This record gives sequence, structure tokens and C-alpha cells, in this order.
Amino acid sequence: MPLLAKPGPRNAVPLILLLLLGFAAPLLAVIGFSLVPARTFSLWQLPTLENYAGVFSGTNYISFVYSLIFAAVTVIFLAVICYPVALGLVRVFGKWSMFMSLLFTIPLFVSENVRLYGWVLFFIKNGVLLGTLKTLGIEPESWLFTQSIILFGMVYVYLPFMLFPMTLGISMVPKETRDAAFDLGATRWQVFKEVDLPLSMPGITIGFLLSFVLAVGAIAEAKVLGGQRIIPVTHDIEIAFTYAQNWPMGSALSVMLMLVVGVLVLTVLRRFDLDTILGKK
Amino acid sequence: MEAKAVNWRSGLIWTWSLAVVAFLYLPSVCLLLASLTDSRYFTFPIAKWGLSWWAKTFNSLEIHALFQTSISIALCVTVISVVIALFGALAFARYEWKGRSIYQKIVLLPIFFPQSVLGLALLLWFNALGLELSWKSAVFAHLVWIVPVVTLVISIQVYSFDPALEEAAFDLGATRWQVFREVTLPVLFPGIFSGMLFAFLLSWGNFPLSLFTTGADTTIPEYLYAKMVAGYTPGVPVLGTVNTLGATILLLGGYALILWWRRSRTEDSKQ
Repeated sequence: MPLLAKPGPRNAVPLILLLLLGFAAPLLAVIGFSLVPARTFSLWQLPTLENYAGVFSGTNYISFVYSLIFAAVTVIFLAVICYPVALGLVRVFGKWSMFMSLLFTIPLFVSENVRLYGWVLFFIKNGVLLGTLKTLGIEPESWLFTQSIILFGMVYVYLPFMLFPMTLGISMVPKETRDAAFDLGATRWQVFKEVDLPLSMPGITIGFLLSFVLAVGAIAEAKVLGGQRIIPVTHDIEIAFTYAQNWPMGSALSVMLMLVVGVLVLTVLRRFDLDTILGKK
Repeated sequence: MEAKAVNWRSGLIWTWSLAVVAFLYLPSVCLLLASLTDSRYFTFPIAKWGLSWWAKTFNSLEIHALFQTSISIALCVTVISVVIALFGALAFARYEWKGRSIYQKIVLLPIFFPQSVLGLALLLWFNALGLELSWKSAVFAHLVWIVPVVTLVISIQVYSFDPALEEAAFDLGATRWQVFREVTLPVLFPGIFSGMLFAFLLSWGNFPLSLFTTGADTTIPEYLYAKMVAGYTPGVPVLGTVNTLGATILLLGGYALILWWRRSRTEDSKQ
């Protein structure tokens, strides 16, 4: 029986075609462009590695390191903030759970620029916070345009991407297993360590992965809130493609970012059975 | 004693979660406040309240053109992505086939990928092909990211779908098309509907992909970004508030519709 006569592969064809043309091919184009001489715009030349050498001899690697560190710190903050909320969504909120999830979903659909700009209006001089404090006679410095507010913005924007996989993970812990552990005399801490954490690990790991990967690609936080106090790697890439007109350099940086993200995603995803995570019965 | 401890803990979790909700919505409140001023610049407390910037924004021809571009992209993306994703989800969750587990992971890749880099990669690729960029190329760029998301959303519905229903219909002599139209589609409808909502709203609000792929056309998030960086007017918070309210109404309305749909179906089956 030919492959496409089966319903599974046949239904997958349109999606596979889309991803070949819209995902695989563009990434190959980027890899191709990273191997041509700097400041040229044609793919058909002798390949060279000078762009990669340029990343390390210039200052670009600094922004690369910054992006990785900021993403990692964002993930840690998000884990601490989201875990109690995810517990609540699964075990405490009951009939309100659906409505609460909806409240956490809505911001996802508003452009992140717009929401970050709301924070600008909050923190700016004579804005909502400082204006209010001023009427009370207190006039502190604005928090805008600092390194820490970039982190704040990233935690804000990527919160749902940690929360929802985490909730999915916690909902995979069967109530019976926890009850049994308590009946056998386990303490709360033991139940958390031996039952809750291992059984909800797939969801938690996916939350870590998703928020880390998206945070590495963050660009708006530094631009809108941070006044470019930190230059993330995505900003360097954008500059290389626009003002600097150095596509090969931008491509080389993109390829390095893709490598970090790709290796991470593939190693983590390989270990999971998506059917169980997404709720196959 | 034990019950008291549980109450205390749930109280703490409620408080924390509501604080997180407040944190999520505080910027939207600030946008709303900033849109309600009659002066050119935003200062708080607001000296002159008024709706004049709302009127100006809604009467501006430039904004109408932006709305048109954004709506065209979002509608095209919604229709195309739901069709591709419906079949994609059947392959993802309904059928057993060799290579399915690899296919599932490939589908996830564009979601686990920085969008700004994807946008640039698409720009390079369109350029290598010699395509002229316009809102149509942005539709394609949005699809690369939104189709996988919608596929996941519909897949979750497909997982709870009992294949025996289809088989029963076949046994009763239905054709393949009849089974699809009379059994598969209605059963999967809530998933398809949420997929449509997701597709529309994600495309409407997208910035990083549009930035690199719209060419001379401009979408609302792109316009807002340009205005934030240089040339603030209170039109920015007006449009921001419209976006937030629009998304809220669509999602709450959609949620109510799905609840109503489920209820009427269970009542049907009881009769």
C-alpha cells in the first residue's frame, strides 16, 4: 500500500508542505547566507566562515550571553510565580477554574508591544505610579530604562507560556496517588517531592523550555521598556539586517541562536510522548 | 484542624493568583486611563478627562487603512489555517501511522522558535525567491507559526473523539463525505471554533512576523510600535484599549458560545 493511501500521512500533507516551504526552506536560506562573504547579497559564492569568526572577534557575543542569562533568570522567576497559580487552577478554583484560565489567556492575544507600553505609562515620569506618588509628596526616580525593568517586562510577557504547560503537568498527577501517599503517612513535603514533582514533570519541563526559548528571542522588552540599556542578540540581528546592511553577519548570529534553541528543543521533546501530555485517553 | 489548614492554603493561593491577574491587567488599565485624556500628553492624575482622542482615532483615514490591512491578513490566516490544521490535527491525534511521533514534534518546532528570527528568515527566503513583499506575504508568514498552534488546539479536541462514531456511520452506509460532514465536523466543532478564535487573534496581534514580511503595508501592531518609538499621541492608548477590549469580548463571547453549544448537545442526547 503506498504511503499516501493511508489516512494519517494523507492528512498530514498540507501541513508538511507548509512547514517545508515556510520553515525548513527559510532556515536553509539563513544558513546559506551565513556562509557568504560579509556585506554581500547573493547566495551563489564560495562559502566562508568569516562571519562566525566575526561574531566572536566583535562585540556581538556579549549580547548573545546577555540574552541567554536574561532568559534563564526569567524562567526561574516564572517558575516561582506560576507554580502556586497552576496548583490553584487544578486543585483549588473548582468551578472558577475555567474562568480564571480565560483571564490568563486574554493578554496572550494583545500585541506584546501594546501591553509593554501600558507599563511605560505606569512607570513613566508623571505617569500612573509616579504621578500618584507626587500628589503624596514623594518623587522617586523612574524605574524605566534600567536593566532590571527589562527582566520585569520579560517575566510579564512570557508568564502564560509557563503557566499553561505547568497547569497541564499538574493536572496529570492522579488524585488517588496523592491520597495513597498521604494515607501511607507521607508528609506534605514528601508528597511534593516524590509524587507531585515527578508526575507533573513533563508539563513543567515544557513550560521551562517554551518560556526560555521565547525569552531568548525577546526584543520588544529592551526596546520599549529598557531604552536599549541591554542589547539583546535579536536586536543585533535586526540591526545587521537593516541599518548595517550586513545580511551574512545577521545570518551567522541567527544560525547560532537557532543552534542553541534547536538542540535544546530537540533533546527535551525527544523524551516526551505528546499523546499522554495532550490528554489521549 | 486539617480542614482549617486546607482553607488557609487555598486562601493564600487565591490571593496570590488574583494578585497575578491584577499584575497582568494593570498595563491595560493604564492604557485605558491614558486614552481618556483630552490633552496631547499623558500626565497623571488626569487634568482634563475626555473622549476626543477616541473620536479622532475612529475618524482617521490612516487608521481605517491599517484596520483594513490587519483584518485582511487575520481573516485569510483564519480560513487557511483552520483548513490545514483540521487535517493536520487528524494526522496528529486521530490516526495511528508510522512517523506520527516525529510528525508531532516537527509540528511543534515553529512554536518553540523565536518569532523575530523566523520573521527575518522568511524575509531572506522571500528575497531569495524574488517575491515582492505585501500583506499577502505576511499571511504566509503568519501561517507558518499559527497553523501549528491551531493544530494543537484542534488536536486536543480530536483526542477526546471516539473513532467508533465514524465507524458506526460507515457501517450504516454513509459515504466518506457524509461521515465527515455529519459526524466528524460537528463532534470536533468546539475545537475548530477555538482554533478559529486563536488564529484570528494571534494574527491580529502579531508584531514580530509582520515587521519583516509586510513590505510597504502596515498592520496595527506595526503602526503602534512606530508611534511608541517616536511621535506618541493618545491615539496609541486608544488603539491599544480597542485591541484589548476586542480580544476580551471575542474570547468571553466564544467561551459562552462553546458552553451553550455543549449544554444544548447534552440536552439533545438526553431526549
